[in-house]
Amino acid sequence: MSDTKAIALELAGVHKRFGRTEIICGVDLAVPHGERHAIIGPNGAGKSTLFNLISGRFGVSAGRIRLNGRDIANRKPYEVNRLGLARSFQITNLFPRLTVFENLRCAVLWSLGHRYAFWKNLNRLTDAEDRAQQLLERMGLKRRRDTPAAQLTYAEQRALEIGITIAGNPTVILLDEPTAGMSRAESRHAVELIREVTAGRTLLMVEHDMGVVFGLADRISVVVYGRVIATGTPEEIRSNAAVQEAYLGKAVVA
Amino acid sequence: MLSDTLSQLLYGLSYGLLLFMLASGLTLIFSMMGVLNFAHASFYMLGAYAAYQVSQWIGFWPALVIAPLLLFAFGAVVERWGLRRVHKWGHVPELLFTFGLSYIIVELVQVIWGRAAVAYRVPAELDGPVAWLQGYGITFPQYRMFMMGVAVAMLVAIWLLLTRTRVGLVIQAALTHPQQVEALGHNLPRVYMGVFGGGAALAGLAGVVGGNAFVTEPAMAGTVGAIVFVVIVVGGLGSLLGAFIAALLIGLLENFGKASDLTGLAVLARLGVDLDSGSALHSVLALSLSQVAPVLPYLLLVIVLIVRPKGLLGTREG
Amino acid sequence: MQNPHGSSELAELGEIRFQPWNVGRWILWGALALVFALLPLFFSRGFALTLMSQMGIMIVFALSYGMLLGQTGMLSFGHAVYSGFGAYAAIHAMNRIAAGTLLWPISLLPLVGGLAGAFFGVVFGYLTTRRAGTPFAMITLGIGEMVFAAALMFPGFFGGEGGVTGNRTAGPPFMGLPWLSWLTFGPQVQVYGLIAVWCFVCIVAMYALTQTPLGRIANAVRDNPERAEFIGYNTQRVRWLVLILSSFFAGIAGGLTAINFEIVGAESFHAVRSGGVLLAAFIGGAAFFFGPILGAVVFVVFAIALSDYTKAWQLYLGVFFVLLVLYAPGGLASLLLMNLRVAKFRKFARLRDPYVGVLLGGLLLALGVVLLIELTYHVTLDIGQGPLMRLFGLPLDTSAPGPWVLAAFVLVSGFVAFDYYRRRFARCWHDVQVEIEDWIRENPGDSPR
Repeated sequence: MSDTKAIALELAGVHKRFGRTEIICGVDLAVPHGERHAIIGPNGAGKSTLFNLISGRFGVSAGRIRLNGRDIANRKPYEVNRLGLARSFQITNLFPRLTVFENLRCAVLWSLGHRYAFWKNLNRLTDAEDRAQQLLERMGLKRRRDTPAAQLTYAEQRALEIGITIAGNPTVILLDEPTAGMSRAESRHAVELIREVTAGRTLLMVEHDMGVVFGLADRISVVVYGRVIATGTPEEIRSNAAVQEAYLGKAVVA
Repeated sequence: MLSDTLSQLLYGLSYGLLLFMLASGLTLIFSMMGVLNFAHASFYMLGAYAAYQVSQWIGFWPALVIAPLLLFAFGAVVERWGLRRVHKWGHVPELLFTFGLSYIIVELVQVIWGRAAVAYRVPAELDGPVAWLQGYGITFPQYRMFMMGVAVAMLVAIWLLLTRTRVGLVIQAALTHPQQVEALGHNLPRVYMGVFGGGAALAGLAGVVGGNAFVTEPAMAGTVGAIVFVVIVVGGLGSLLGAFIAALLIGLLENFGKASDLTGLAVLARLGVDLDSGSALHSVLALSLSQVAPVLPYLLLVIVLIVRPKGLLGTREG
Repeated sequence: MQNPHGSSELAELGEIRFQPWNVGRWILWGALALVFALLPLFFSRGFALTLMSQMGIMIVFALSYGMLLGQTGMLSFGHAVYSGFGAYAAIHAMNRIAAGTLLWPISLLPLVGGLAGAFFGVVFGYLTTRRAGTPFAMITLGIGEMVFAAALMFPGFFGGEGGVTGNRTAGPPFMGLPWLSWLTFGPQVQVYGLIAVWCFVCIVAMYALTQTPLGRIANAVRDNPERAEFIGYNTQRVRWLVLILSSFFAGIAGGLTAINFEIVGAESFHAVRSGGVLLAAFIGGAAFFFGPILGAVVFVVFAIALSDYTKAWQLYLGVFFVLLVLYAPGGLASLLLMNLRVAKFRKFARLRDPYVGVLLGGLLLALGVVLLIELTYHVTLDIGQGPLMRLFGLPLDTSAPGPWVLAAFVLVSGFVAFDYYRRRFARCWHDVQVEIEDWIRENPGDSPR
């Protein structure tokens, strides 16, 4: 099934060492284009580190990371982003003094080719304005258009976080615990939003909320102690003995 | 010739050690509190002036103890009522606060002691050249030797304090894990106050021994301040060992530079190259090393920035 | 006054937004131009013209610094390098114009300065922007010291101790038009006119830059450099570009200095100049576009006007600066805007009495401090002139205990009064702010009545 589809994101033999501690001990992963892939695992397993390696925040100690066939391991974050990969952050990482609208507008500028232009008036760039306005409405933040990001509620900030992530039209999206700290209702809303905005794109998601995971993911990888111990559909993972042992300490008779 | 070179070497080392005394206090404060104390060089100046005043009233040797203590108290007050308030607004306001403070201190010093240099002199007991070095034909002032001794003693004392005492261990822990230290019940704000005061005291001590070796005047903070910042950037922000190496390097560089009449033209002539006297390059290369000496530390800064921006042994980004 | 940077309304008020075709925009800029043009009619005495000329120059310089600090979050201690090179380029060009070897209008000399500034912005900027934050600040200090030291080493270009002099009147007539030959830029009022035009043009240009993609991304880099990388921007490149633009305008300011004083020396590079523009931009409030304009005016008042009355002006400036850092890091602009916001919410009346108390108490305290400082200064520095001194027109005998006791008394009573009213004011202010912020939270996007 996945052999016939193109692989959007591929990790091969990825290792990461901090000093003498190895956090990622050989991870292999292949996410086909258009798939929604969740990464789950106990705390401290290295899930966020994986995201940092893929998005260019950290460099790998060994191994290969390929985005649509191109090597991105050890590249700078802006290089990886320009190649079509965007990520969100577990701890909200916005531009606090800019308004919601400006946050979104900044996020679309590079992908629209405006780069470092200091001769163009922002207010005349209709493509940027339109796209930012679109995102604003999609994220449900229309009422907060001119509010500085620092003054948003937590759920609004998480929504803006996702908005900034998808603003540049990335082909591969990494979401790091998008529903962390949300109530049931907020989570459900967020899941719908995520499903909508990642349609037709590749999604790699770290999550702890199993409801979200089983509702969204096409396939799941389980990471324990820096290794992928199982990859498969939600059903396969649910009944996988090694996974059960990792989470519950012993295999469960299904 | 060799004795001259050795003499220069010692001068350079003593100056480098003085720079390190300043750089170490600065690095400790930076590593601990994340704030680069722009006023550090003015603490150095205050130490010199305080020592001058105390030695006018009592004597040099009491000044050696009293001045650093005064600076410790002053530093603690500054931290408690100034820096702490600005800390929550980030690094830029902190830096601006210490910058403004240095400005004020320089002006206050002029209000109290005037704009001219004050007659802060080397004590009579330490005046004169080192006798046993004289025997080898090396002229080196006793006072400079004393200065080096104080610097080394200070280093050893700090090292012992940080590694062997309870206070030191708390400080070391707070360097990397401030929240845990606080959770364990230690009074973190008081630790910060103590570290800042300690850094100020170190700068003050450097001022006590440096003020009379060099000249004690309102401009002394500016001249030494910039060099100290170059030292810690070249050595790598946050690295004590890097600061040590950089300080010695710059101390030697400046000293040898100041004493040398070597010009670029002479070097080229040695290589058999002759430049006509009209070219612009000629006027540049006609400068002797001693004329260029003031720029050398900054040239080193530029080179380090190009080749290795993190500094020699840099740790914290800042 | 807590939370100077967090309030949304600061951002809102600081960024006056105009609808396209809104007549309001033209009125505002037109009014500014009118003010510049009409000032000499009201203040025509020589001293006033000098003051306004220097304010004009400082405004350009401080705004260029605001691009770095306020827009992009780059704290530089060596900005005078760029204005200095601009000044030197302009004065050398001026001399060549006078000698006839260069065909270039005097009125466009600041452009020469700007290009020189931008050139060094490219060269030095590349080095300095390799690091950010605190290391950047230290490196700019180092480069500034290096250039200053180097300037004294090459007297051929930098003029050594005496500097390089020039003559601004020695060029061809303005635009080559003989009927404009009275426009020699000899008289100060003409120089003021030139400075005013350049100042206005630069203000417009720098404001326009804030409304460009680079300008907005620079803000993003200021707010969160890490995230900026993750939306596709090389933050180092952004900072370098902003620095080049900033050094262009700093160079223009330097060129204006060369025209105004007709002499440029190595002090143009001195750390004091760099510190001065930092002070000016910060005092005004670097976070707002117009803040540095305000700060430049205040700074020139301190440096030029106040220095005529007291030798302690630098101390006063330093204390004023530190007080702002401690109590109003958003600068004078933030104070202004916060009070405007209170007025907008019709709550200013509640603050009026506490304000009066604080201001009177503060005035008393300041008076005591000034007395003490001036007395001490006189004793330390001017004692050769005898123990008598004049302050606010009143004679004081520094050798007698009287003035000292008076100073101490005023200081102590001022401190007590100020502290008392300050607490009352702080409580009242805090209550008002809480009310306002609650209202804003409950009515997002609305305006009060």
